[in-house]
Amino acid sequence: MRVGLFVTCLVDLMRPSIGFAALKLLENAGYEVTVPAMQTCCGQPGWNSGDREAARALAERLIAQFEECRYVVVPSGSCAGMIRAHFPEVFEDEPAMLAKARGLVARTYELTEFLTRMAKRASVSASFDGTVTYHDSCSGLREIGVKVQPRQLLAKVAGLKLVEMEECETCCGFGGTFSIKYGEISSAMAEKKCANIEATGAQAVVLGDLGCMLNIEGRLRRRGDVKTRVLHVAEVLAGTTEG
Amino acid sequence: MHFKARSSVALADATLQANLRKFQSTGFTALRAKAVAEFGPELFEALRGEGAAIRDRSLAHLDAWLERFEAEAVRRGATVLFAETRAEACELLIDICRRHGVRKAIKSKSMLSEEAGVNEALAANGITPIETDLGEYILQLAGEPPSHIIAPALHKSKEEVAVLFEAHHHAPRKDDIPRMTREAREVLREHFLSADLGISGGNFLIAETGSGVIVTNEGNGRMVTTLPRVHVCITGIEKVLPTLEDFSTLLRLLTRSATGQSISNYVSLFTGPRGRQDRDGPEHMVFILVDAGRTSLVGGDMQEMLRCIRCGACMNHCPVYRAVGGHSYGWVYPGPMGAVLTPSYMGLANALDLPHAATLCGACSVACPVKIPLPELLRKLREKQVDRGLRPRSERAAIRLWSWTARRPRLYALATAIAVRLLRILGGRDGMISMLPFGGEWTRGRFFPAPKSGRTFRSLYASRPKPARNRGQTTVFSSKQQ
Ligand code: SF4
Repeated sequence: MRVGLFVTCLVDLMRPSIGFAALKLLENAGYEVTVPAMQTCCGQPGWNSGDREAARALAERLIAQFEECRYVVVPSGSCAGMIRAHFPEVFEDEPAMLAKARGLVARTYELTEFLTRMAKRASVSASFDGTVTYHDSCSGLREIGVKVQPRQLLAKVAGLKLVEMEECETCCGFGGTFSIKYGEISSAMAEKKCANIEATGAQAVVLGDLGCMLNIEGRLRRRGDVKTRVLHVAEVLAGTTEG
Repeated sequence: MHFKARSSVALADATLQANLRKFQSTGFTALRAKAVAEFGPELFEALRGEGAAIRDRSLAHLDAWLERFEAEAVRRGATVLFAETRAEACELLIDICRRHGVRKAIKSKSMLSEEAGVNEALAANGITPIETDLGEYILQLAGEPPSHIIAPALHKSKEEVAVLFEAHHHAPRKDDIPRMTREAREVLREHFLSADLGISGGNFLIAETGSGVIVTNEGNGRMVTTLPRVHVCITGIEKVLPTLEDFSTLLRLLTRSATGQSISNYVSLFTGPRGRQDRDGPEHMVFILVDAGRTSLVGGDMQEMLRCIRCGACMNHCPVYRAVGGHSYGWVYPGPMGAVLTPSYMGLANALDLPHAATLCGACSVACPVKIPLPELLRKLREKQVDRGLRPRSERAAIRLWSWTARRPRLYALATAIAVRLLRILGGRDGMISMLPFGGEWTRGRFFPAPKSGRTFRSLYASRPKPARNRGQTTVFSSKQQ
């Protein structure tokens, strides 16, 4: 069955290895994976900044890019959330596009959601020697309900022990453009998150979104923590954390 | 209003930060969570749905319910006055004071009186207002506005209050809360007995009975509404509910969402002045129902905000509020609800930064007892700013440029390939950028992790060895597109 991988712009730019990890997980689960060549960005930066037109143009492109795919899988809760929760709002006044948007909504999954729901039998062969803690990204958690899925999958990773941090559901302070508009507040929020991560003594914080990843890693290193690793759940599940 | 400057001061204020941390650790969110767990999370979800529906029903026929309220209240001997603006509300109040020869007014908590600047108006007319809610009383002594809608003085520590009491009560300093409270109570008792007017807010107005309701944890509200000769309830017109039954549903939601209580210590309904059979109560009871921008939200895309029952859950759960406190928001309503209300009531252009002072994390809306989609409303306010050309040109241009480039995959691939390479070089050996060009705000308190690879996913994918089984079936990035 054809699965389209929406790599997302941040993975494309900042951490290609996560895209390859997602690809590997989907292929191992037996799917034929398409990576539409013309994909770029889902339009979320424009949408959250109040620029409906900018968001609309990119949303329309994305819908076209993935028209042929039976499923669309996204290794990011916030981009999946943009599609699932907001694409219908983007096109609320355009019946024809709205129908297409709804079609995409019904076919789109966040990666861990897809793996637990559609690829139930696929085994996880990765191993990870150590303790990790999981940070729930806001959009994934509250817009599309990603909570147990990554934990279920991580539980299958040999050697991995998950310890929950305090306030794992509290925003890390990224918030897209918020992080560059209100750098000071954003950093203060990241600081609280980092303190909660460090308090668990975990070797790594695992998460499912690039924004949080850059924010948390940036703050950890700045406060002098060079040890705690910041890993995307796809890399842990695919066993490619060394890459 | 400058949220950014204020929040910067708040972040640097060590005492405030300690008080905020204390509020967070001993605070309302855990109590709410416990109350929801005890009630049953699914039942509570259903209750939230009902709460939202009740508020929507009330708002859909706001005029009709207000008329009903007025008729019932008048039938029971109360006077109902409507004020279109905050200034008009103050004028009506001063007028009542003149008519009844009022020299001193005791007040229980009222956000609308904060909104309208009632204390200032009273003082300017020679009437002494005395706040009797402990938190509000502390702030009146300190000359500060509230920083939270239900715990107005949470930004103050016990020690700060002790110093304040010592200075104003002319009594030896007390350091424990029970003794401080007792001292305040003694001072306030004098005022309760000597005041000519009691001013209360109103959490709800009940149309079918013409009653006002206040939900409180201190006994002061009872005294304010029953002891003085005249009682004025001043509140917003949107507070009206059709029936007592509706009220009971919202009360369940309100106290659990606010403080995690299954019911507050006091729930007072006041219906008309003292009747012939009554042993106590005011001789005159007046409702001042204030519009002050509410009707302008009815029927528009901010209408959902009028559902608000002022529980404070959105700010308790807001990580931005918890980092910077309520005063950063610049007006009486802080946190997510304030970030929607302030621009809605004071004008979009007068609070440009507030709709952006949120990560849109959604913690507020999942806690809101009447399901107000706060992040969505904030986003819509951002959209209105863009539509009216109120955003900085550079910001608009950046978003436009991004969107324009992202619609041209070839150009995009080229531009991102260059950017990634540059960022990679900037990252140096440890892969951390300490000064980000065009992103100085980011690197104020963080590094920016550089791209791990000097190449984008698309370029790596295009050159990956293709597994035989996929050939011919899989669309891949063709090298021509790079
Ligand atoms: S917006 Fe919702 S959560 Fe916030 S104060 Fe109003 S009712 Fe409470």
